[in-house]
Amino acid sequence: MPVARVVVDVMLKPEILDPQGQAVQRALPRLGFDGITDVRQGKRFELELEGPVDEAALARIREAAESFLANTVIEDFTVRVEAEGEK
Amino acid sequence: MTIRVGVVTFPGSLDDHDARRAVRIAGAEPVALWHKDKNLQQVDAVVLPGGFSYGDYLRCGAISRFSPVMESVIEQAQAGLPVLGICNGFQILCESHLLPGALTRNDHLHFICRDQKLRIENTSTAWTSDFAPGQEITVPLKNGEGGFVADERTLDMLEAEGRVIARYLDLNPNGSRRDIAGISNAAGNVVGLMPHPEHAVEPLTGPTTEGLPFFTSILKRLVNA
Repeated sequence: MPVARVVVDVMLKPEILDPQGQAVQRALPRLGFDGITDVRQGKRFELELEGPVDEAALARIREAAESFLANTVIEDFTVRVEAEGEK
Repeated sequence: MTIRVGVVTFPGSLDDHDARRAVRIAGAEPVALWHKDKNLQQVDAVVLPGGFSYGDYLRCGAISRFSPVMESVIEQAQAGLPVLGICNGFQILCESHLLPGALTRNDHLHFICRDQKLRIENTSTAWTSDFAPGQEITVPLKNGEGGFVADERTLDMLEAEGRVIARYLDLNPNGSRRDIAGISNAAGNVVGLMPHPEHAVEPLTGPTTEGLPFFTSILKRLVNA
């Protein structure tokens, strides 16, 4: 059965404070990982679809991302097809 | 005439009982509403209580916003039904776009629980008319994601239209922009508030009884309507 995976990445907008990312960034030098000047933490959704990912399917996913998976008041999102294959 | 105030219980609501008790102490009849039921039972107002609806998965309030009861709440709030969202209820109102902005992770990353001093900035909304202008109150506050954020234009608009209804005094507990603790919609019937007035309605169980006017305000408005 053909399976496609679509990835929706959600990130806080650049102007929104990301205290989680900052906490991670502060911990990195303590652990010996130097030279990392900024960390922002986001969410990744992996959606598996039946059948081919056509433009209609992608449009539905963008709608889901816009209305539900991301809060566009504070977050940006991207949608991309990661893999199409057999399962 | 008995005023009936609905209090919605979502899976994960914690403060629905306290909200119903506050409604009763204020002199109205509390009506328990269930998240799966679209029927608001012809209540005169609705409280969305605090807690962690749907486990706060995805984002606080994001899943509850699509519950059957919220279809009716959103529709009737847009038609003028008074709705008060407290803490998680405030998050649900923002996710529903009944109020602008969003609530984000506290800037210090800690869950905070304290008695919080506030100043009531607007006494013309459905839920604040029983306060004196500029009145300072102390009510409990408890949240992990209580930082109110919005873009500068929205913040300026809220200030200009007097829609900041309460502001944090002495200490900003969560990094909220411009010390905003609560806001209203343009019509003043929908109010969201991060601190918990329903926990400050009796001397035995609260630090003060200064939360009670949130619940008595609605009575006066509806009786006079």
